[in-house]
Amino acid sequence: MSSANLVEIDDVSFAYSATPVLAGVSAAIPPGKVVAIMGGSGSGKTTLLRLIGGALRPSRGAIRVFGQAVTSARTRELYELRRRMGMLFQFGALFTDLSAFENVAFPMRERTNLPERAIRDLVLMKLQAVGLRGAAELMPQQLSGGMQRRVALARAIALDPMLIMYDEPFAGLDPISLAVIGKLIRDLNDALGAASIIVTHDVHESLQIVDYVYFLSGGRVIAQGTPEEVRRSTMPFVRQFVHAETDGPVPFHYPASDYRATLLAGG
Amino acid sequence: MMLARVATFLEALGARVNGMIVRLGFASRFFWLMLRLSGTSFRRFRLTIREIYFAGVLSLIIIAVSALFVGMVLGLQGYETLVRYGSADAVGTLVALSLTRELGPVVAALLFASRAGSAITAEIGLMKATEQLSAMEMMAVDPIARVAAPRFWGGVISMPLLAALFSAIGIFGGYLIAVQLIGVDEGAFWSQMQGAVDLRQDVANGIIKSVVFGVAVTWIAVFEGYDAVPTAEGVSRATTRTVVTSSLAILALDFVLTAFMFRGS
Repeated sequence: MSSANLVEIDDVSFAYSATPVLAGVSAAIPPGKVVAIMGGSGSGKTTLLRLIGGALRPSRGAIRVFGQAVTSARTRELYELRRRMGMLFQFGALFTDLSAFENVAFPMRERTNLPERAIRDLVLMKLQAVGLRGAAELMPQQLSGGMQRRVALARAIALDPMLIMYDEPFAGLDPISLAVIGKLIRDLNDALGAASIIVTHDVHESLQIVDYVYFLSGGRVIAQGTPEEVRRSTMPFVRQFVHAETDGPVPFHYPASDYRATLLAGG
Repeated sequence: MMLARVATFLEALGARVNGMIVRLGFASRFFWLMLRLSGTSFRRFRLTIREIYFAGVLSLIIIAVSALFVGMVLGLQGYETLVRYGSADAVGTLVALSLTRELGPVVAALLFASRAGSAITAEIGLMKATEQLSAMEMMAVDPIARVAAPRFWGGVISMPLLAALFSAIGIFGGYLIAVQLIGVDEGAFWSQMQGAVDLRQDVANGIIKSVVFGVAVTWIAVFEGYDAVPTAEGVSRATTRTVVTSSLAILALDFVLTAFMFRGS
């Protein structure tokens, strides 16, 4: 692995007490690229993001962000690293007691010493970039789900991060909002010259905007490639996932005892 | 068979007690961390002022109305009893001493726990459930410094003020009933009160109590919110726990403090 990568994940394992979540995952995110991490629910995708952000520590393996080891970073170093990261949470996680403007201003007020005028201009620029300058004074409850997601995106890029992480950015959006978010992810990544990691199970939207895909299943990377390679893949799991088939390597039935025997035993 | 049952019972009991001690340990560590990270609450005092508004100012109505009624009941009952001994003039003393020593701090704290404490727990718990606290952490802002500490200090500052207000309004309620309604001599009412209530012994001790209650209630409220299971159900449970735990804590602490402060001197 070259050190030119923004993020390097090297043979990382993680377990919540006794439940293993990740087992020997390796991946690399080069600068300028948008990378998707796909997998079914509970495949450990979100855990991977939390590991990169340093909110969790792996039980084995190493994670380097901007060439610095997250896994052994102390709290202060971690906070310095996080200044250069932006994260969009699943449902936006906007601060409900602050207006859209104040939400975007939050990281600037907390983490910089910019004068009020500069903050005002910057916030309006960020909101303009996501098309919501007109909604600056609205409270989160007054915004639709898609608009909330866009304000949260503006907040995530408030300090011009070099790495932007998205946790299920497409979950629960209508088709128009979904396309808008997809386009914003790509455009903002290219405008900032940053790298992006999208954790998602939305195949169609993400394959259109990403440069590279990792498939996660059972805590392992089971397939990877460019969107073209993924679409052409003959691997059963990838086929099932990309074409949304109900049965395949991922079974329709939760493991259970023999159906016939169970019914007969009840009589 | 019997022995096995006793063993399981003891195990369950032990696990429960163990769990409670572990939680108390977490709460203490949280308390210590919150104190250490309190710099922001004072450097940017506007954050704390906002919490004083939510915890203190918004509790004013319930505190004022309750105090007025408690004072009026004290006036009625006090007169009713004292008049039998021909010392109806002492009703002012009775009202003032009951309020400054006990009812002011205790009832105000109980009301504060159910009005402001529950709101603090619900708000922080909801912030946790909607990942707002995680988002803050990812922005390299410590939620204990930014969310927990200002709420804690807001509550600690509000509580003694509310208790003092409770006592003052309660005394006014007693005055309304005893003097204005029943017709106790106004001069005797006030002068006896003035003579009997000691600034250090009664008023200061009442204030100390209210500060202690303020710390206990807000600590419990903030911790329960921060420690809540991040789901709708978890937050509602945490809110209930805040009211129950802090009410019990207030009553227990009150007994201990009273035992130290007033020993028949």
